[in-house]
Amino acid sequence: MSIKLSVNGRVVTLSADPGTPLLDVLRNHLDLKGSRYGCGLEQCGTCMVLIDGEAAYSCVREIGSVAGCSVTTIEGLGTADCPHPLQTAFLEEQAGQCGYCLSGIIISAKALLDRNPRPSRADIVAALDKHLCRCGTHTRIIAAVQKASLMGVLA
Amino acid sequence: MSDTLPLSIVNNRRMDKWLGFQPDRTVRLAVGKVEIGQGVLIALSQIAAEELDVAIDRIDILSGDTADAPDEGSTSSSQSIEVSGHSVRLVSAELRLRVVGRLAQRLNCAPEELSVEDGVFLRDGNPTGHDYWSFAGPEDFAAEIEGSAVPKPYAAYKVVGQPVPRRDLIAKVTGAAFIHDIVRPGMLHARTLRQPSRGARLEALDEAAIRRAAGEAIQIVRVGDFVAFVGADETVVQRAAVAAPAHAKWTGVRVLRPVQQEAAWFRDQPADDRLIGDPGPPSDVGAIVSETYSRPFVAHAALAPSCGLAEYRDGHLSVWSHTQGVYPLRNSLSGILGLQREQVTVRHAHGAGCYGHNGADDAALDAAIIALQMPDRCIRMQWRREEEFGFEPVSTAHMTRLRAALDDNGRPVDWTAEIWAGSHVQRPVFGGTMLAHEALPNPPPAAKANDPPEANGGGGTRNGFPLYDFPTKRVIHHLALETPVRTSSLRGLGALPNVFALECFMDELAERAGVDPVAYRLSLLSDPRARYLIENVAARCDWASRGATGTGRGLGLAWSRYKNKAAYACVAVELDVDRDITLRRVWCAADAGLVINPDGARNQLEGGIVHAASMTLKEQVTLDGDGITSLDWASYPIMKFSEVPEIEVEIVSRPELPALGMGECTFGPTAAAIGNAVAHALGVRIRDMPLTRERIAAALVRG
Repeated sequence: MSIKLSVNGRVVTLSADPGTPLLDVLRNHLDLKGSRYGCGLEQCGTCMVLIDGEAAYSCVREIGSVAGCSVTTIEGLGTADCPHPLQTAFLEEQAGQCGYCLSGIIISAKALLDRNPRPSRADIVAALDKHLCRCGTHTRIIAAVQKASLMGVLA
Repeated sequence: MSDTLPLSIVNNRRMDKWLGFQPDRTVRLAVGKVEIGQGVLIALSQIAAEELDVAIDRIDILSGDTADAPDEGSTSSSQSIEVSGHSVRLVSAELRLRVVGRLAQRLNCAPEELSVEDGVFLRDGNPTGHDYWSFAGPEDFAAEIEGSAVPKPYAAYKVVGQPVPRRDLIAKVTGAAFIHDIVRPGMLHARTLRQPSRGARLEALDEAAIRRAAGEAIQIVRVGDFVAFVGADETVVQRAAVAAPAHAKWTGVRVLRPVQQEAAWFRDQPADDRLIGDPGPPSDVGAIVSETYSRPFVAHAALAPSCGLAEYRDGHLSVWSHTQGVYPLRNSLSGILGLQREQVTVRHAHGAGCYGHNGADDAALDAAIIALQMPDRCIRMQWRREEEFGFEPVSTAHMTRLRAALDDNGRPVDWTAEIWAGSHVQRPVFGGTMLAHEALPNPPPAAKANDPPEANGGGGTRNGFPLYDFPTKRVIHHLALETPVRTSSLRGLGALPNVFALECFMDELAERAGVDPVAYRLSLLSDPRARYLIENVAARCDWASRGATGTGRGLGLAWSRYKNKAAYACVAVELDVDRDITLRRVWCAADAGLVINPDGARNQLEGGIVHAASMTLKEQVTLDGDGITSLDWASYPIMKFSEVPEIEVEIVSRPELPALGMGECTFGPTAAAIGNAVAHALGVRIRDMPLTRERIAAALVRG
């Protein structure tokens, strides 16, 4: 079955079983490895992507249900050479230990800043509470999102 | 000098095992320690850059590779900076000394006239026309390391001690960065059907039903009772693996009971018993006080389920793993698979945060077993979430009973810690078994109960021996011969439960003596580094204004020196207890001697605090029926963003003292500070972790 959607601003047409998890399509069909498998149960947030601007789990979501949608992954935000302000802020704060949770968290932070450019600490915590970080980097992650929000205002 | 060389150098004597100058004017630094989320590679790079006097950006580090990097055993026990860092320092200083010495001969000058500036040699500050890349030669690298060079004095450090950013985080915030993301030509995806327990036999497997569930063609690999599903499409093999348990019939599955998930279960089990410390019997003179504390089985619960890649081609097995030790894994794989060690190469690739012996090595063996059955194809084994929770080695439940004989002032004159636990380390090199090995046609004998020796910090006994000035003290260790599930190392081993017990008991004894807990500790403690930290934290948390007991708001404090020989940490916790516990603020002071990268160190200290708090308040592996029943993040909850307190960490600068491992030093003090703060808030004490809502309610009823 042919499914058409936009991924990181590029229209792609896929031949895939509509029941295939979006995460598998991103990782294995489109070679976008920044969205990560953590649980497959919508419990940890490592697979978070933007679907039409909203942060959404991709590990259970079926590709057939996002036909015609616009999907953004961490690769759609910025690159090592040209990072998004959120990515820059995370690097400046060294807001990571193993880093496995970070791509999903940055996606949720992007959704937050898009709707609320100057979030309070409580807003940030609420937006990230569905994400797990096992290394205990939480306080730096919150600081990085705060920093990115200030960078966004200055820009 | 060689008798004083660190083990890493003794086992890897040739200079070219460690260092090389590459044509693009970079420096190749090869190390055996690996990145497991702790930021060690930038710290080791800083040490090399410092001693060689090259810019940090020139260091091109290679870590964990049995073909190209030195054998430094496992990355564990907060040893990387102490051992590997010291080795890199000696090796780099020696290469510099050697090359500068040869250049001085060539220029017919004294070595002292030469200096190095970003790899370029200057004579009395003027260019010589030579640098490392043009002048260093094979004779420098073929040489055996003697350990004769004197490293720089700390006062001369320019790069060591600076918060240099990690390089690996760039990939981790932009895209592919992990072993899970590796793609090899013709790679096949694999999943397993796990043997429910050691000794279980697969009586029947309805392969047709599994193939129907998969929906598309898959290969089913069976070796003894090991079963794997392999195919080009990951989604398809995942469907097969999810369906498989319902189509498999096992016999001989061991049955577990919930009573076995509690530490107290170990009290009645056969054990190896040992006495450490004062050989006499516990004293019966004076008032005798005794309390018992416990922690249940807990999981590493890495954020990513384990992954391993293996490729068997032309009689050589190449393996990629997020293991803590590529050489130990190579040795295990070659032994199990009947290959020569030279036939196996293991390369490290980054995984999710690793806090000890998790499923990484086992996933590599899974991939390797399949690869031998399917030569010339790269096999990518990905564990599922429930597989990670269900089959990784967990940290043993652990019970510590403390007993003190007190003088008339309520001060201990005799101290006994009695400890019941399973093995805290069952790595394969330590007598443990690898998971899939038990499903193969010739399974290994049952793992032997084992623990690290006291010289390495012990396992169940880690931090069991108090550093307070008690006249006589002893540890009695009951190492259980068997555990209901496989156990192995997790951050700090016995340190967390033992420090929880020790530092909670100290608060209880202080209260009994009618003395403030901080003053009580200081009156029994002569180590100046420990005293400094306690006074520092007490001042910062305004301990002097600590409120009354039983108000619902609690402030607690605890400290330890990890392994009684590594870094010191003191932690204070302020919290509220209503039906649940809400952490408000945490203050920490740590003393790790010379700190290579203070920002990385701070990150580790903060992470240890959150990890320990999560373990203390929330975590327990549950057992029933055919195994572990806490198989997802709902049944094994960990700390969330909304539960993490404000954390203030202060690192005491002591660059003149040796660097001490600090990745685990906040673990025990955090648990005990929470225990003490909860007791202060409630007016009653909870001695069994995790400190859950049910235990709070029970404690309040008990009064």
